Amino acid sequence: MLEQYGFIAILALIAAVFPFVGLAVAWLLRPKRPNPLKNSIYECGIETIGETWVQFRAQYYLFALVFVIFDIEAIFLFPFAVAFNQLTLFAVFEAILFVLILAVGLIYAWRKGALEWQ
Amino acid sequence: MSLLFLVLALLTLVMAIGTVTARNLFHAALFLVGAFFGVATIYVLLEAEFLAVSQVIIYIGAIATLIVFAIMLSRSMMGREAGGYNRYWVAAAVGVAALWSLLALLLTTVSFPVVDQPVPADAIVQIGAGLIGPYLIPFEVVSVLLVVALMGAVMIARERHRQR
Amino acid sequence: MDWSQIDLRTVGVLWNQALQNAGIAPPLLTVINWVVAAVVLLFVGLNMVIGLIWLERKIAARIQDRLGPNRVGPFGLLQTVADALKLLTKEDVTPTDADRITYNLAPALAVFHVLMTLAVIPFADGVIGADLNVGVLYIVAFGSVGSMAALMAGWASNNKYALVGGFRVVAQLLSYEIPLVFAMMIPVLAAGTMRMNGLAEAQGQFGGLGWYVWVMPCAFFIFLAATLAEGERAPFDLLEAESEIVAGFNIEYSGMKFAWFFLAFFLNSWVLSAIGTTLFLGGWQGPFVDRIPALGVVYFFAKTMVMFWVLAWIRATFPRLRIDQMMDFCWKFLVPLALVLLVGTAIILKLGLPSPFDGLALLVWNLALLIGGFWLLGKAQQRAVYASKRAFTPQLPRL
Repeated sequence: MLEQYGFIAILALIAAVFPFVGLAVAWLLRPKRPNPLKNSIYECGIETIGETWVQFRAQYYLFALVFVIFDIEAIFLFPFAVAFNQLTLFAVFEAILFVLILAVGLIYAWRKGALEWQ
Repeated sequence: MSLLFLVLALLTLVMAIGTVTARNLFHAALFLVGAFFGVATIYVLLEAEFLAVSQVIIYIGAIATLIVFAIMLSRSMMGREAGGYNRYWVAAAVGVAALWSLLALLLTTVSFPVVDQPVPADAIVQIGAGLIGPYLIPFEVVSVLLVVALMGAVMIARERHRQR
Repeated sequence: MDWSQIDLRTVGVLWNQALQNAGIAPPLLTVINWVVAAVVLLFVGLNMVIGLIWLERKIAARIQDRLGPNRVGPFGLLQTVADALKLLTKEDVTPTDADRITYNLAPALAVFHVLMTLAVIPFADGVIGADLNVGVLYIVAFGSVGSMAALMAGWASNNKYALVGGFRVVAQLLSYEIPLVFAMMIPVLAAGTMRMNGLAEAQGQFGGLGWYVWVMPCAFFIFLAATLAEGERAPFDLLEAESEIVAGFNIEYSGMKFAWFFLAFFLNSWVLSAIGTTLFLGGWQGPFVDRIPALGVVYFFAKTMVMFWVLAWIRATFPRLRIDQMMDFCWKFLVPLALVLLVGTAIILKLGLPSPFDGLALLVWNLALLIGGFWLLGKAQQRAVYASKRAFTPQLPRL
């Protein structure tokens, strides 16, 4: 099994170095004539007002939270899916119970309006 | 193999130190991602591949993103530079020292069951069968826990929403 | 000539023998093989992108009654090469106050995560970089690394459009990862393995009718919709909604760094098509593939191109959704549909029906869900339209 990850490690090394090689080649070839106006940020010609790192709405955080819950659920269900052929019908119902409890959570979030993007 | 472990562990450690020393919160979050990735590679080295991918999916894909969203949510923390210390640092240092000694004590005194056999080829099948079989109650409790976490999150976020 | 001898693995054996005869020790040989395989994989992946960009532009042009690229080279084939050279020699503008290290790291990470997913794609039986036991989850894992790249690019550019674009695209990628993961779980359920090659192998029955797309069209539909969103393609291309946020998280990127994002985007589309091919379209399965394994490569690329063509077709025809519509479609339609589908599929597969009937039962269940789901969606849409009409009914002047 570790042999497979040896290949992954080699691929990771090459795939990590390769983009920087491209950037280095571009760095050698390209012209470099910066000026303050060119380096100003592009906001459709309008000058930036205030700081860039503005405060974001709680909406993003809420969706990320709901996502975390379902991501963990999916991770728990994958070993079940792989072992599926060896399980009895009763065991399958136990896994379905797991899904249903989380479905209750989804319905709760839905009813409370947590899934509305405002 | 142990050389590989040392390199990976060192990388993880450097990332972890970066997390706590970075002056910029976003950089701290990125260092944290690096540390998570380092832990995942160590899991691979232990041939625990399912744990490794779970680590990447949950900690890098979900938790790290959640942390970044949380940083963006709290404007007061979003100044480009944030101090590394506040007035509770003594208490934090004591807590960390206590936790560290407890963990060190546990690791050195508890004798963990060791099986000197290779990792079975169908390890994931065994995990799945184990979750539905002998560990059924914890498995179902996890789902209840997740739902409770979801409900709590919805409640807190709605409170915040109403205040604004 | 014995055609069964033409096998990519035979080539591998010959190559190994040649190297061993040259006096190279086995451990070193393995490492050499890994390096060669990795370089070949990257070379194929990167060169394919040049063709893919041309292909997508051509398809979109023909669908929209235009000509598309036709000046550089025959049929405009060299247009992408010219574009790549232009981007390579273009001045690179880094905005002042950008977070330099993060800013430069983001495009590299975007390319890195797509290249890594190439490792688990089975091009033919056994022709796979690493047939991991957790193949499907490995793809999901590196997909989540991709959303980190978007987040870093958006944050580091010191531009509000980039920041909003980055956050939006991350919210989109996160949300659609849920239906994607559940849609991927259903073939895993049927095949009983997460190995990508094993999933392709499991679809070899009934001479092509064993492909999962025939027995579980609903899962394939969920997968396709989630793929469009994960690939950041229309109708889910909110990251580049020009009318709202100019160009999304990569607005401040120019030259080679922009080229990397562009490459990652197209390669990601192809990789997602390849994953769809492996999970639902039978991978390298096809007629005579058991006798001539090398044909698997042809079938695999043909099917992947069909899938890519469908993605390009959708991109060229559909208008863009609004962000709230997109989120609603994911959380209120795809996720519940995927959960119901998963539960039903698990029960049907466990009933122990004899061989062709379990497939038929699955097909009926999938079709019922698809039709029922769309009926409900239509009803909800109608209600929303009526509600908005009532809200805007003009008051008639009293006479």
